[in-house]
Amino acid sequence: MEFFHQNLSYFLSGISVGGQYALIAIGYTMVYGILRLINFAHGDVFMCAGLMMVYLSSTLPFTITIPLVLLLTVLLGFVIERVAYMPLRSAPRMSVMISAIGVSYLLQNAALYFTGGLAKVYPEIPFLSNSIVIWDATTRVVTIVTPFLTVVLVILLTLLIKHTKIGMAMRAVSRDFETSQLMGIKINRVISTTFMIGSLLASVASLLYFTNYASVTPTSGAMPGLKAFVAAVFGGIGSIPGAVIGAFIIGICENIIKGGASIFGIPGSGWTTFSDAFTFAFLIVILVVKPTGLFGEKAVDKV
Amino acid sequence: MFEIKNLFVNYGGIEAVRDISFSVEEGKIVTLIGANGAGKSTTLRTIAGLVKAKSGTIEFMGEKITGKDPASIVGKGITLVPEGRKIFPDLTVLENLKIGAYLRSDDISKDLEWVYSLFPRLKERSWQYGGTLSGGEQQMLAVGRALMSRPKMIMMDEPSLGLAPLIVRDIFSIIKEINKEGVTILLVEQNANMALQVADMAYVMETGRITLSGKGSELIDNEDIKKAYLGK
Repeated sequence: MEFFHQNLSYFLSGISVGGQYALIAIGYTMVYGILRLINFAHGDVFMCAGLMMVYLSSTLPFTITIPLVLLLTVLLGFVIERVAYMPLRSAPRMSVMISAIGVSYLLQNAALYFTGGLAKVYPEIPFLSNSIVIWDATTRVVTIVTPFLTVVLVILLTLLIKHTKIGMAMRAVSRDFETSQLMGIKINRVISTTFMIGSLLASVASLLYFTNYASVTPTSGAMPGLKAFVAAVFGGIGSIPGAVIGAFIIGICENIIKGGASIFGIPGSGWTTFSDAFTFAFLIVILVVKPTGLFGEKAVDKV
Repeated sequence: MFEIKNLFVNYGGIEAVRDISFSVEEGKIVTLIGANGAGKSTTLRTIAGLVKAKSGTIEFMGEKITGKDPASIVGKGITLVPEGRKIFPDLTVLENLKIGAYLRSDDISKDLEWVYSLFPRLKERSWQYGGTLSGGEQQMLAVGRALMSRPKMIMMDEPSLGLAPLIVRDIFSIIKEINKEGVTILLVEQNANMALQVADMAYVMETGRITLSGKGSELIDNEDIKKAYLGK
């Protein structure tokens, strides 16, 4: 309890960052589930959502900017899939992956062109940016809102996948393209929907994440994107609950390390530098022990 | 009702189907028999729109359907029960049936009842995952799923493959029953004996060509067929 109280603010930001990673990680894991593609551009879509917010909010009120950013990010996800992945549908998987890396650099370079390489100050979104005090730890409202919003969105997504026609089609397509087509499912439409959902969640994550970090650079998407990807692999890529749980675990662990906790006699400040390295060391350990991740797909199917 | 004219299909780098022509009359059971690799499956996959024809035409209800995508073929009333059943293992039995009716927006409860009356086992197991069913049950599910689209013509690719002889007999009696209810059937089989017994019309395929055709009852007594396919 003492440990918990001392590190409360780190727990809080861990849960918050975890929620943001979770929202990004869902995009990775859903796209992987359906296309067996690691969408390297996903973190950059997240960054672009941040930049759109910066530019649009300078001239428009938040009531218009926020829905507009969500909409434009969804559109960006859709266009990327149509232009960079759909033409390669029957190409080897490696080609599609290289196309994804290409899109990632394209988005970063475009961002560099527009920002001139300068860090752009993220607007203060009213309410989310306000400070509050919880049990003598001071934090922003966004820290508290994030985990709840994440849970609500994950529940909505789960309902969509389990109980709607498009959700059923997504599950079918992720199993078997050809048989899905024989059912009359237009697989390109289902794949587009998947990208659009992933982009929508990434754009919500960007609102929450950048409110905490205050600035956006062309490479802002790289690290959170990578962490979210690790979370997705940790949870078992392809599994949505896995990605969410993995993201929270990584967010919390990473922040506890950054925080005051003294581990092995070395004070917390000594470990901060290694918090990113920790995430990847953690991934290696998990993959050695359980190669399919926490909720990974079974390797063999009964035919 | 259904007619193929001078169809050529290249598949996997070879000329899998070479100049075949045949027709299917409404309400009949028509079978394509032949050895492995004769081009039977490729023919069905081409009709279903999964494979593009090199040349030739496919006509259904007086309309040219060559080159259409699989979804529009299903929409026109032709459904394929694929080889190896290909049910969705992590969808429930009920979901597998519902997804068969994916293109329909009208009420499907009557068709669901019909499929359940044909296959009472599926009703008992409606909540189970497709992957937990036995091979025979999966084949029933695959046929039931295809029926859910309310096809005018149903194509079946090797429905007896890998099933025990008793189950095969069940499947064939179901095929006859479905046909009695007015669904036209195009059946591809390696089990020539069973197929010829139920078929009104049969075509024999060899290395991409149709080499022989006739009524099912005639071919079953044909000496060449007996030697080549019936093991007599």
